[in-house]
Amino acid sequence: MKTERLIKMANDISNYFNAEPDRKDAIAGVRNHIAHSWEPRMRKALIEYNQQDGSELTELARAAVSEL
Amino acid sequence: MSMNKEKDFGTPASVATQTVNLEIDGFKVTVPAGTSVMRAAASIGIDIPKLCATDSIEPFGSCRLCVVQIEGGRGMPASCTTPVGEGMKVVTQNKKLADVRRGVMELYISDHPLDCLTCSANGDCELQDMAGAVGLREVRYKPVTTHLNAEKDNSNPYFSFDPSKCIVCSRCVRACEETQGTFALTIDGRGFDSKVSPSQNQDFLSSECVSCGACVQACPTATLMEKSVIEHGQPEHAIVTTCAYCGVGCSFRAEMKGEQVIRMVPNKDGKANHGHSCVKGRFAFGYATHKDRITKPMIRASIKDAWQEVSWEDAINHAASELRRIQAKYGKDSIGGITSSRCTNEETYLVQKLIRAGFGNNNVDTCARVCHSPTGYGLKKTFGEASGTQDFDSVMDSDVIMVIGANPTDGHPVFGSMMKKRLRQGAKLIVVDPREIDLVNKSPHIQADYHLKLRPSTNVALINALAYVVVTENLVDEEFVKARCDVASFEKWRTFINQEKHSPEASEAITGVPAADIRAAARLYATEKNGAIYYGLGVTEHSQGSTMVIGIANLAMATGNIGRRGVGVNPLRGQNNVQGSCDMGSFPHEFPGYRNVADPVTRALFEDAWHTPLSGNPGLRIPNMFDAALDGSFLGLYCEGEDIAQSDPDIKHVHAALRAMECVIVQDIFLNETAKFAHVFLPGASFLEKDGTFTNAERRISPVRKVMRPLAGYADWEVTQMLSNALGYPMNYSHPSEIMDEIASLKPTFANVSYKKIDEMGSVQWPCNDENPEGSPTLHADHFLRDDGKGLFMLSEYVATSEKITPMFPLILTTGRILSQYNVGAQTRRTENNVWHSEDRLEIHPHDAEDRGVVDGDWVGIKSRAGETVLRALVTDRVQVGVVYTTFHFPESGANVITTDNSDWATNCPEYKVTAVQIAKVLAPSEWQQNYADFSEQQLEFLEAAQHNA
Repeated sequence: MKTERLIKMANDISNYFNAEPDRKDAIAGVRNHIAHSWEPRMRKALIEYNQQDGSELTELARAAVSEL
Repeated sequence: MSMNKEKDFGTPASVATQTVNLEIDGFKVTVPAGTSVMRAAASIGIDIPKLCATDSIEPFGSCRLCVVQIEGGRGMPASCTTPVGEGMKVVTQNKKLADVRRGVMELYISDHPLDCLTCSANGDCELQDMAGAVGLREVRYKPVTTHLNAEKDNSNPYFSFDPSKCIVCSRCVRACEETQGTFALTIDGRGFDSKVSPSQNQDFLSSECVSCGACVQACPTATLMEKSVIEHGQPEHAIVTTCAYCGVGCSFRAEMKGEQVIRMVPNKDGKANHGHSCVKGRFAFGYATHKDRITKPMIRASIKDAWQEVSWEDAINHAASELRRIQAKYGKDSIGGITSSRCTNEETYLVQKLIRAGFGNNNVDTCARVCHSPTGYGLKKTFGEASGTQDFDSVMDSDVIMVIGANPTDGHPVFGSMMKKRLRQGAKLIVVDPREIDLVNKSPHIQADYHLKLRPSTNVALINALAYVVVTENLVDEEFVKARCDVASFEKWRTFINQEKHSPEASEAITGVPAADIRAAARLYATEKNGAIYYGLGVTEHSQGSTMVIGIANLAMATGNIGRRGVGVNPLRGQNNVQGSCDMGSFPHEFPGYRNVADPVTRALFEDAWHTPLSGNPGLRIPNMFDAALDGSFLGLYCEGEDIAQSDPDIKHVHAALRAMECVIVQDIFLNETAKFAHVFLPGASFLEKDGTFTNAERRISPVRKVMRPLAGYADWEVTQMLSNALGYPMNYSHPSEIMDEIASLKPTFANVSYKKIDEMGSVQWPCNDENPEGSPTLHADHFLRDDGKGLFMLSEYVATSEKITPMFPLILTTGRILSQYNVGAQTRRTENNVWHSEDRLEIHPHDAEDRGVVDGDWVGIKSRAGETVLRALVTDRVQVGVVYTTFHFPESGANVITTDNSDWATNCPEYKVTAVQIAKVLAPSEWQQNYADFSEQQLEFLEAAQHNA
């Protein structure tokens, strides 16, 4: 899967949950959204990117992807 | 089978609950107060002669044929305009009345052609019937001047207007006003000179007429007559079915001669449309028998090869072996399927079942991905059910209507007419749209109280500003929130909204809407008794589509506008079965009933019913399928009824993905754009050729009934079943009703739905179960359908789209559709509807046009970061400065060459409504258009070769 596309998708999700006042809720929101709606190869590719680099992800997205 | 002609009671039914007792010709009758004497008589089988009255429009009292005598009353009042009274005694037949009626008829007939035997209305003419009813035997008058030589108007492609047969009863004029709300017709002149005039004595085609056909239906003679009836004669039987166009889901009588549709007549008992229709549903059915229909299965090894016609068995076996080959080589998850909102519930259910159980993965998606997937997400999260809350009739109880990002008079015309009727009665109107839709100020007798003409992509900032006014000006319905909603989520939301950045004044810089207008509109919505919100793709097709749906839900809950008639949140679904295809489990992460595939309890339920293990992993969405195709991990696609190669965004990317696949199977009625990239073509059946059900925007499950045999031999559900069996996953349904029974057994909100129930009730709105045995016109009446029964407030932060204007791309392109064409146009482009719209045009504001030296009709190149295409310019101030607009009905337009891969954060619904572009005057089509024209021509040659060789 095209990594740039997955990064954009994850960052867009994190931009929504960024408004959550409680950081734990925000992280859980991003994590659950990806877990419940992303196909495994997409999740795998993003997790691999996060482990190898992750610099293009928002801080919230990185935190959430780390919990996947 | 028979015609089963609908009874005409002469005047509309009264909705009063109080009843009145009277006597008509000695028979006692009890009817609701306000009923006309004519209708009361008709209700006990006494048909008083009439010409200017019909029960779809208000009585007029002009023809004088329906006169009666009332004991104690003076003269002979018209029974159509005389309401019943307690104890009234009515006489409908005596010599005096007969003489008057005969005299009236004599006058009518003295200026009417006596060509009954060759008249197209022969057998269906009320004038002829009345002449018989009153016993007309001679016409004593020999007028010097008549209208018998009046010129016929054949300009409309679907009906003719023959003024020589007109009796000036005004039924057409009143139907245009009351039923359609266009006011295109009038009676011009006085006395003998009176005549029906479209607009300013224009022909029908060049007038304001929208060709809904209400006038044709209302006409009691052959004056306004369908050309199909003129050509083929009167139909001999009728079958009630449901329209296959937009999400209104109008009920129609398909009036037939053998297996030929003579005309489609909107069903008076249709609960979505109440006997009304639009130009598409009533007239644009000719595509079903168009010469482009493909009726033989075809296969080929490569899209560079000519097609080869083969037997059904060979085509199905080839498709199955290719899918299994790909899975063997690339893995179980390397194939998937796409279903469509143009398919029936039963068909979409079978496709997703085939993929989940037969393919062994969840790679199934539907075209709702690109339209209303954010509705599913937002309303499910907040309200607990992924659907609109009301029935259409609810709008007649609304006091203020907010229309957001929708254009009902074009996109949902029959509901648009109902909404216009309510607005003419005095309901207030708020329009939120970057473009001046007809409801703003172009519909007669309607003027929006507020048009919040926001910049594209700023919906969420606007809805937050409206909510800010509600929260800060104490307009919250605290009682409703406390009793019906999750209070903790409300308090969190209230704190969030109550930030200065959400104020109308702060938002004005983002939305471009004056703060005072936002404040006034918010007050209006919050303080009127019943406030209803209707929205369309202008809400969902944004990078924040889901956030906007959430924002709308928050606003409705905060103001207590949920759970009763006249209020609610109502997504206007684009296609006929968007709601149904979503209900049926077409999304890759959800089983039927919107239950996540990861939930072990739900999965066990389906595994038990389908006798096979199922995957607990979400599958690929449509755009993910394209990405996976290009990385070599998704190589086989079964696509039923959807044209992704035209309708999806960033079309060059889509085409590249289709080219990368090893087996694309397309099931459709035409060689659509996607089929040009296919390796297997399975001919589909139109809605006229199969049984099933559609679920419209108000959750109404309506019958689709076969009126002719499938041209290719099989209904679509049978084709899916054959493919499944060939793949080794057995399906053995003998009728779609059995599929519906299975759906009902697995989907709690469908528990009591069956074909028997639908036949008995005509249609039924889900939830239909033990709790709501007759269905549910209004959702969330006592409690929300979330697990805890409470409405959930969610945060809705505005996040600007990443699709921004730049010096290189300084304009915003937004897209939409028009009344006469339907989505990708595969159906309507193959009808006479092209008369009204034969090409997609680019609307551009005069200032932007002038800056670029563009005048109306010029060819202009439109360039975005995704691609470039060329359209003709339409210079108009309907769009704002800085915004351009086009439709996407013609593949050669390449509107989706320009749209980008930006999408909604939650659902990947494309951001069709916002693309940064530049415009320049050009002389030739774009390179893409030229290349695609060549490709398309070659593909059509491949088709012709197959048909020639067969």
